[in-house]
Amino acid sequence: MSDITSSGYVRQDLLAERPAPVKTTGFVGLVRTRLLNSPTNILITIVSALLLWFTIVPAVKFLFVDAVWTGTDRAACLTENTGFVVGACWPYIQAKLPQLIYGFYPEAERWRVNLVLILAVLLLLPLLIPRLPAKAINASLFFFAFPVVAFFLLLGGGITGFGLSWTAGLLQLFDDSIIGAGQVLLSLSKTSAIAPLLWVLGHLIVLVGTAIYWLIFPLTWLRDQLESTGQSVWTDFAITTVVVSLIAFVVSGGVRTGWRPLGSTIMTFIAIAIVIKLMGLDHGGLPIVQTRLWGGLLVTLVVSVAGIVTSLPIGIALALGRRSTIPLIRIFSIAFIEFWRGVPLITVLFFATYMLPLFLPGNFTVDGLVRALIGIALFTGAYQAENVRGGLAAIPRGQSEASAALGLSWWKTTSLIVLPQALRHVIPNLVNSFISLFKDTSLVSIVALFDLLGSLRASFADPKWSAPSTLFTGFAFAGIIYFLFCFGMSRYSLFVEKRLNAHRRN
Amino acid sequence: MSTEARKPPAQIALKIRRVLGGKTGWNGIAVQLVFAAILGWIGYEIVSNARANLENQHIAGGFGFLRNNAGFDVNQTLISYTGSDTFLRVFVVGLLNTLVVSVVGVVFATVIGFVVALCRLSPNWLLSRVGEIYVELIRNLPLLFQILFWYLAVLAALPNPRQSISLFGIAFVSNRGLVIPRPIGESGFEAFLAVLAFGIVASLFLRFYTRRALFQRGQVIRIWPYVLGLLFGLPLVTTLVSGMPFTFELPQLKGFNFAGGSRIIPEFVALTLALSTYTAAFIAEIVRAGILSVHSGQMEAGASLGLSRGTTLRLIVVPQAMRVIVPPLTNQYLNLTKNSSLAVAIGYPDLVSVWAGTSLSQTGQAIEIIAMTMGVYLLISLLTSAIMSLYGWRVSRSLGA
Repeated sequence: MSDITSSGYVRQDLLAERPAPVKTTGFVGLVRTRLLNSPTNILITIVSALLLWFTIVPAVKFLFVDAVWTGTDRAACLTENTGFVVGACWPYIQAKLPQLIYGFYPEAERWRVNLVLILAVLLLLPLLIPRLPAKAINASLFFFAFPVVAFFLLLGGGITGFGLSWTAGLLQLFDDSIIGAGQVLLSLSKTSAIAPLLWVLGHLIVLVGTAIYWLIFPLTWLRDQLESTGQSVWTDFAITTVVVSLIAFVVSGGVRTGWRPLGSTIMTFIAIAIVIKLMGLDHGGLPIVQTRLWGGLLVTLVVSVAGIVTSLPIGIALALGRRSTIPLIRIFSIAFIEFWRGVPLITVLFFATYMLPLFLPGNFTVDGLVRALIGIALFTGAYQAENVRGGLAAIPRGQSEASAALGLSWWKTTSLIVLPQALRHVIPNLVNSFISLFKDTSLVSIVALFDLLGSLRASFADPKWSAPSTLFTGFAFAGIIYFLFCFGMSRYSLFVEKRLNAHRRN
Repeated sequence: MSTEARKPPAQIALKIRRVLGGKTGWNGIAVQLVFAAILGWIGYEIVSNARANLENQHIAGGFGFLRNNAGFDVNQTLISYTGSDTFLRVFVVGLLNTLVVSVVGVVFATVIGFVVALCRLSPNWLLSRVGEIYVELIRNLPLLFQILFWYLAVLAALPNPRQSISLFGIAFVSNRGLVIPRPIGESGFEAFLAVLAFGIVASLFLRFYTRRALFQRGQVIRIWPYVLGLLFGLPLVTTLVSGMPFTFELPQLKGFNFAGGSRIIPEFVALTLALSTYTAAFIAEIVRAGILSVHSGQMEAGASLGLSRGTTLRLIVVPQAMRVIVPPLTNQYLNLTKNSSLAVAIGYPDLVSVWAGTSLSQTGQAIEIIAMTMGVYLLISLLTSAIMSLYGWRVSRSLGA
């Protein structure tokens, strides 16, 4: 072989190293490729930097640098006294903090609020972390047990009866209404043109009412007997336990398969008994704190948690109703959903505050907070129904067909096969509507309830703290609280969404 | 032994059963009867309780109060209104105020929303962060909080009229609101309006004609010089011939307040600001999602056909994105209209504030007034959803689906 180096087309010496390619990763790369890569981009970068500079720097200066941190009244936050332009007036927040969190809740009783908050966090956190077990028990505790406990803790008061008395009272109310309607028809039959028909109908309804009266007579008699003895709560409790456990035992299959439900029912009742005993509900319970004394963050949280807890069942029922093939139920659900979704929340709150009391019997007064809660539950329920419906639509027909082929009834198909999958699908949407519910709770301040925003607004009126910067300080504080809650929830919803779509990631 | 096929059973009973009771048949009918009975019972309870309660409070039901004198003033009216006008007129005044704030809010929200969406989509890292901060900050604060912030903190911190901030000497911002010049019609006003209307109609016709020429014959006609002439040149010529159509009355500082010009009340300014910035954050997300939903291959295909970036956006990306954008965008417009009812918190005289607020407390006719208020909003939203389903039907038809 000849010497290849002598060939004319083979290079004799090494090339000089080329310079490394321009770095396109890391901070320098980012600056190069996405900030300063063209004259227009440089201009845009400068303008955005200026924009940020003129918003963030004054904000930081207001919140921290120029802020006043200690003081006892407005004098501390006046420019004349400090010698510089005062930023945030934090002593004002410090002085108003109890009002912003508890409202006018009596100071000696505030441990109850704290206890409820701690309970809520303890129950909610494990529910939100997907990896932790026992979701069913956890959810049922949060959605059923917690609201009741929180109710008696926050409001106070005790119970005078239990299941038996309540059932008797409810049935009696229903029966009175039926007999009343019959008597109205009878009185109308004296003047109307279709008098005989009304007369017959009226007598028929009164007859039905009387029949029901005698049917439930044992129950009401027993209740009256219980009330005359001293220990009505515990006797009633024992009777309810026995009756409900027996029903559960028989319904779930008697001696063959009924033992497990019987055990869990009895366990539930024992837990209820422990709670009753612990909180002393059988003899008056805790001192009552009227809801008009509640305020601040407490009301915001109560309204939003009560809203989510009550709106979810309403939403599920309406969504199932809207997908039902039974005409009347479907039409009713559609009308109900579209009505509440078509009106603004504030008119719903006006409706609940001014119109609802007119619809209830005259001797029946509803607390202002409860009225707002009813309005919010109906309003949010309609929105949740649409969310749940989206989830139901996402479940393939094959699922319900397969369960029908296995011989499951409609109720079992829905509660065991379809709903669990559908609800899991729409968790992000549910969280998102919880965020808007949380933001919308601020509207209750318009119907004279003092939530966080309402308390803030009320605190502005205090002449002791009227300084130029208190307004901005108050808004900054409330804004930070609202932002933290909403931002946290939206991040959580993103996290769940990512988890749910994990199989689709590429 | 006959082998002929048996007759199928009569279908009519099955069909009736299906229509009346759905899939569940007779069970469904029974459920419906029970449900109807419960609804009837609730309805009866509501009516009888309401009647008894109204009797106790000595309130006469019915809409007769609409003809009574209202006897209170409203601080922003689009139609002439005095305290001696009827409640019906109060209702109309409130409704018009709601519509005005909604329309103005929708315009601003759309503009801001599209700008923010473009910021978020910008290849510039810093600008997209600015857009993101805006969206996250605004979306995670309650609207009422923002309205109160603008009204109580920002607008109230503005100086009084004597030290008001002047915008080029023609408009003034102070804590009493925004004062702008008021146009006053002159002699040439009618002619100007007529010519302007003609110009708009003629331009629309031209556009229609050229589109047809383009789609049917493939003929490209350049019309923008004519449109420019019709919309601006013709009115200008008319103005030269018949005199100025209107002049502006500039606001003057007299004593402690402004004379002349028209004053936009601070409540309106705060409400519009809060509503449009708040809704803009949601619109920005919708627009961004819409544009991202168009496959990037579309942009590349446009580029490979030799279209410029702007033309590709205008002719290829935006029309496809609009299909995704329009339905939720309308939803946001509807939300803005419904949210304008928060005006009641700062006393802007919208429907809820003057009607469900002041009129309700003056007359006590809770049922009629709240039903009317809810009815108006319900009507607006039902109309919008009807239009939207029409739009959806057209889109699906044009897609051939």
